[in-house]
Amino acid sequence: MSATGRHRYVSTDRRVREDRRFVAGKGRFVADVELPHMKHVAVVTCPHAAARIGKIDKRTALAMPGVHYVLDGAELAVATLPLMTGLDTPNVPRRPLALDIARYSGEWVAAVVADSRALAEDAAEAVEIEYAPLPFVLDAEAALEKGSPLVHEAHGSNVLLDRTFVWGEVERDFAASPRKLALRVKWGRSSTVPIETFGVVASWDPWRDMLDVHASIQMPRFADQIGIALKIPATSVRVHHDVDVGGSYGVKRGIKHAVLCGYLSRRLGFPVRLIEDRLENMRGGDAHGPERLFDVEVAFDDAGIVRSMKMRALENVGAYAGRSPFQLGKPIGAIVGPYRIASVQYRAIAVVTNKTTQDAVRGFGQGPTNLALERAMDEVANALGLDPLELRRRNLIRRDEFPYLIPSGTTYDSGNYETVIDKVLANTGYKELTAERDRLRREGKLAGIGIAACLEPSGGNATFEALLNPAITTSTFMDSCRINIDGLGAITATMHTTSSGQGHETLVGTVVGEVLQVDPESVRVTRPDSLNSLPSGTPVGSRMAIMLGGAAFHAAQKLKAKLTAIGAHDLGIPLERAVYDQGSVHDRSAPQNKRGWADLVNIAFRNYHRMPAGFEPGLAVEHIYQVPTGGVLPGKDGRVQMYPCFSFEFHLLLIAIDPDLGRPQIMRYRLGHDCGTQINPKIVRGMTMGGIAHGIGAALYEEFAYNEEGQLIAQSFMDYLLPSSHEVPAVDIVDHETPSPHTVLGQKGSGESGYLGAPAAVANAINDAIRPLGISVNTVPIKVSKLGDLIAQARERNAR
Amino acid sequence: MRIELNVNGALHAVEVEPRTTLLDCLRELLDLKGAHAGCEHGVCGACTVLFDGVAVRSCLMFAVQAVGSAITTIEGVTPGPGELSPIQDAFCETHGMQCGYCTPAMILVAHALLADNPEPTREEIVEAISGNICRCTGYAQIVDAIALAAERMRGVNRPRSLSK
Repeated sequence: MSATGRHRYVSTDRRVREDRRFVAGKGRFVADVELPHMKHVAVVTCPHAAARIGKIDKRTALAMPGVHYVLDGAELAVATLPLMTGLDTPNVPRRPLALDIARYSGEWVAAVVADSRALAEDAAEAVEIEYAPLPFVLDAEAALEKGSPLVHEAHGSNVLLDRTFVWGEVERDFAASPRKLALRVKWGRSSTVPIETFGVVASWDPWRDMLDVHASIQMPRFADQIGIALKIPATSVRVHHDVDVGGSYGVKRGIKHAVLCGYLSRRLGFPVRLIEDRLENMRGGDAHGPERLFDVEVAFDDAGIVRSMKMRALENVGAYAGRSPFQLGKPIGAIVGPYRIASVQYRAIAVVTNKTTQDAVRGFGQGPTNLALERAMDEVANALGLDPLELRRRNLIRRDEFPYLIPSGTTYDSGNYETVIDKVLANTGYKELTAERDRLRREGKLAGIGIAACLEPSGGNATFEALLNPAITTSTFMDSCRINIDGLGAITATMHTTSSGQGHETLVGTVVGEVLQVDPESVRVTRPDSLNSLPSGTPVGSRMAIMLGGAAFHAAQKLKAKLTAIGAHDLGIPLERAVYDQGSVHDRSAPQNKRGWADLVNIAFRNYHRMPAGFEPGLAVEHIYQVPTGGVLPGKDGRVQMYPCFSFEFHLLLIAIDPDLGRPQIMRYRLGHDCGTQINPKIVRGMTMGGIAHGIGAALYEEFAYNEEGQLIAQSFMDYLLPSSHEVPAVDIVDHETPSPHTVLGQKGSGESGYLGAPAAVANAINDAIRPLGISVNTVPIKVSKLGDLIAQARERNAR
Repeated sequence: MRIELNVNGALHAVEVEPRTTLLDCLRELLDLKGAHAGCEHGVCGACTVLFDGVAVRSCLMFAVQAVGSAITTIEGVTPGPGELSPIQDAFCETHGMQCGYCTPAMILVAHALLADNPEPTREEIVEAISGNICRCTGYAQIVDAIALAAERMRGVNRPRSLSK
């Protein structure tokens, strides 16, 4: 039993079953998949920010030994449909290979197929392409201006989305508030950049009409999208889910890679493989994350109570729509964070520019929004001379106010924010931390304390799609589990998607073991391919503990009910008297009368004459689980419940900055974290720590920077800096557990939490540190070079 | 060209191009898939192998440069089918990984560290793995794993009277 005694296996300190294969180097990643006669793909990319594509001369490349084919965009466009996008923007088509015009430096223009990757790369360099450079635009604000070059001429403007929502009496609240404050915050372009690049192996079998796809994928409807683009039924696409994905955190969505390889395999008659190299991944992999400019206004009173907020978010989505505009939608579900802000105006604008296309990144837009909100809260405190912790305490939703309805129509399920904060402060007194900051300041360092409180919406129904595109009416978002007990009594449970390190096999085993009261290690968990799968929404939006966990729980409950009914029938007792206990069924009134596991299995498989009337033989069940708060389409006013569960986290850290170098160093990092019931504490800790590391990267180091010519200048890990073990401090994590009333075990999501709060906490700490110099910084990443310059200029100014 | 490589204690004859990296040679010609390509420019460390006991990037070396040296991969430190070394087991105990892509390299780095320094401080562990990027874990459970492995390995063959 767990510490709380409520569970047998859930919340206990158990190993993660996937780990055994990984420590031996026996994971099966896509680059480990080798099919007979497989050939290799390398891509030819556009060197200009925008250019009309002229003649493509393939002759030299095709004459090279080992080269089989050179594919261009014109041929591919005839044979395939453009890729699925979220918004209705038919004049912004996105294709695997550029057609007529290339719209960012690094965009794929042609693909070469050869016997080896090395030969394909050699030949790619020999493909000669004429380009006529075109005017381009990189900056989102410039892209909005009249006269800006148009990224997609036929679309008529660079704006993909411009929606304004007003929830509550914003103007009245602003007019009634004695104080107002405006702030501009910028989230720089970064991403999740997994250590494994995206890869796909596609193999067409013309005798079975089947495209087998192995890919390092994490994306809903992958097989459907491939089928639609290739104009073949999705039943002719078999995506193998037993591929281990080497990290995703949102971005492993290589639909253009898969359509390209699927086409090539059908065209050429052998399996083809495309594994991105790091340059392809960073430049043309279409996996950049948000680049967002916020203008925030808040209205508050002399006590620091924030009454209302106006937020304008301008997103630079890059050259094509993809799903990225929807990343402006998710934050609506927690637009006021953990605060009692009564009214909100939110304007969401997405523009195209001549930069790499974006894809979904951890938090789906929530991280940037949290940065803007938490920076604003700190500035309110500063304006009033209030302690930022005290300011937050005054504005937090209180524990007795749940369930709590926010202006944008979402009801937060549960929370106990004060207690989480109190627990963090009990570990490290705020006074002691302040004293340490002041001591560092006396020693000549710049030092600051950073606070961020924020929410992690989890397990949602994706109605942000319908919110931002009324033509979409999807309110269903499922996950599924099938459980079968075989004739010898062994249990197999299924999951229907890939994993990228989240331990889903462990999740399913633990939940099924918990319900059936059997050792989770005895539960085999498999991943059928897409043709043998039930619906799954894949691991997006911190949903799997809630959704796959929920599906496994309900499937196991069905199985337990069937076993109990079989036992009751065989014992000749009413169902109400039958008790299921660790795999056997007994009579509550006479516990010695029981049927063990082997008996029950035997009846189900071999003794039909002993089965209750009307029962199917065997012991197979399935459950398809919808988001526990259901699915209601947004109202006309844009009010919507997208996410059922809201985890809470409170970041508190101390940063010291060497004033000469501008180098920030995190001296202390404390985190309070409440994701409800933790199904596996080891996994939750890892997710939380990993999220913090990723957030520190976004706050201080990582940026896909472009030069004025539109060239991406962060093209390797020497320019795009990922935090190493030196940059990630030890973090004291204090757990608290406020179960969600909506989920089967009280669990909430935990995959994004650290990432959603760390950037705001780091930015707030740096601002606290440099405020005495009379400066502030509201753009992340706050790179050493930039911070050092800012500090030097301020000191020079102050010395005069 | 034909070369002989000493990999995991056995000599293997392979036919390589001069430009073939050690990483590609191990993965494609010797079917040792535990070394992974991450950046292929020497920063992330996912391709780490032991070169005469020292952790090196196999993406930055040509296969021909490895002639005459002892190469150890993750397959070489795994005691047998289904068996784990104390370091591998410690990574499982602390869950010192998530997606598993950087994991074999981290474990090889840990092997190299603990061979030299059986009682590393946390700072020494952090330093040892600082050339290997993990994008999933934030490193805490990796550091825990190596510290745990060190503690357990120091206890092996120690008389009970000397145990803590």
